[in-house]
Formats: sequence, C-alpha cells, structure tokens
Amino acid sequence: MKNHILITLLLTNIPLSTAQAESTAVKNLLQDYAMQGAATADTEQGRQLWKKTYNKNGERSCASCHTNDLTRNGKHIKTNKDIEPMSPLVNPERLTDRKKVNKWFKRNCKWTLGRECTAQEKSNFLVFIAQSSKF
Amino acid sequence: MKNTLAISAVVFTFGFVMLPVVWGDDDFRWGEMEEYKHRTNNVSEVTNPVYKEECGSCHMAYPPGLLPARSWNKVMLELENHFGDNAELDAETHPPITDYLLNNSADKSDYRRSKKFNRSINLDDVPVRISETPYFKHEHDEIPSRYVIANPKVNSFSQCDVCHAKAEQGSFNEHNVSIPGYGHWDD
Repeated sequence: MKNHILITLLLTNIPLSTAQAESTAVKNLLQDYAMQGAATADTEQGRQLWKKTYNKNGERSCASCHTNDLTRNGKHIKTNKDIEPMSPLVNPERLTDRKKVNKWFKRNCKWTLGRECTAQEKSNFLVFIAQSSKF
Repeated sequence: MKNTLAISAVVFTFGFVMLPVVWGDDDFRWGEMEEYKHRTNNVSEVTNPVYKEECGSCHMAYPPGLLPARSWNKVMLELENHFGDNAELDAETHPPITDYLLNNSADKSDYRRSKKFNRSINLDDVPVRISETPYFKHEHDEIPSRYVIANPKVNSFSQCDVCHAKAEQGSFNEHNVSIPGYGHWDD
C-alpha cells in the first residue's frame, strides 16, 4: 500500500515538476519547432551547442556573452552592455514570450553562428535554457 | 443662514480668487519648466519603449538628438550590416523606430546640445558614428587615451553611459562625468 502511494506520488509529481520548468511559451515553441521538423528536444545537445565556438563572425559562442552559468549576469562582448541572466529559474521573465524568443533566436543565431538556427537546434537550446541553472 | 454665508464665502474665495491664482501660477511654472529643461538637459531623453527594447538591449539606447535625421536614416537602412553585425528589425518594429529617430534627431531638436551637434556637422556629411562628429571630437579632445581607449573599464567612446551616468536621460553635463578608475573629470 505504501509503495502504491509512493509510486502514485512519483508519477504525478514528475510531470508536474517538468511543467514548472517549462512555461506554456516553451511548450508552444517546442510544438512549433516539432511542426517544422524537429525531433525530441535534447538538453545535452543544447548544452553542447551553447558551449561550441563558431568562427563565422570571429570566435563567438553563446557563452561569450551569456557566460557558462545561466543564473548569472552576462555581458555583451562587443558593447559591454550587461545582460540579465538567461535562466528562468532566477529570471522568471525569460522564455515567457514566444515572439521574443523567436526574435532573439533569429538575431543571436545570426550573430553567433552566422546563420539562422534549425528547428532542431532551437528545440535543444530551449530545453537546455529552460532546465539548466549551471554547467 | 450663518452656514449658507460661510459656504458662499468659501465657494467665492475658491472660484474667483484662488482658482485664477492656481491656474495662473501653473501656466507660468510650466513655461518656466520647459525652458529650464532645454537649458540644462543637453539633449532630449530617450523615451520610446520600442526603441529602448529593440536597440537598447545590445547597446546603450543613444538619444536621437545626437545625430541628424539623414544619419539615422542611413543607420536604419543598413541594419543588416550594423557596424559589422546583423541588427535587422522586423517589419513591425522598423517603421516606428525610424519615425522616432527621425522626428527627434539633432536637426529637429531645440535642445541646446543637439543644436551644437547639428551645427558642427557639414551638410554634405552623413556620419553614422556619434563619436566621429566634429562636436563630439571637440568635446573629448583633451581626454588622454589612458582614460578611455586604453582603459580596460571603458575601452571605447561608444558606451557613453560608462562615464556619463545620465546619458540616457539626455544629460551630458560635465558635473556628471565619472571615468571608471579615474573618477571625476574636469577640464
């Protein structure tokens, strides 16, 4: 009987905690990207993409400006402007506005990778940012 | 009867004596405030929320009164290569930002320092860097390179607000200048 309760608790709580980490906007975006051909989003792949250095516009990675710790402030490497933390865990405004997320993916993928990101890359980035606090 | 008299007296006093005084005073102060603002505020403050959001996320939202309309127009037409980077805007945000910049540009502003910026620029020139306008150069020519270019906390002249604490409020007054690592600047 005890085990039953435990299992029920576990089963109901796992989806709940995921739902808390991923806002409605994130869920909708993941659906959009799936429609555009993305397979299941992969946090680990997102993490690798985040760390990777691209050379199209000079050496740049996501971490160049946003750092490796998404719970902390970043700094624009070219203009020195402070950037608020990316992690929704400390900055609840992040990943709540679908339009804004798409705008920044477009802008920053071009800035960093020198091209727009694929739907798969965006999915991976999204779950990584949504779930990660630190590297 | 006494009450009616008292009420009448109050109504009379407010209606015919106080109100004109308040209004008159108000009018006078508004006029004075505007003039005061133009005297002390060097350029108009950055107020447009779309401009602040779209342009001010990556760099300081430069007050439009620092460049003439023809310069802003050029900047807005070349966003695909914005000082070496892509800063494209979508069809929804490009027009209102362009309007804001053109309508508040240095050649349309009656703020004191905007006029100085505008007057310094040759009519045939279309500078896209504020730091390359003659007035800017003149105002910064006495600053040794170690204070700005060679100062790791400053790096360049492009981030006004690093030294001018009230830059986005349109104030470039010398009294508000503090250079990181060197402190107050007075020439």
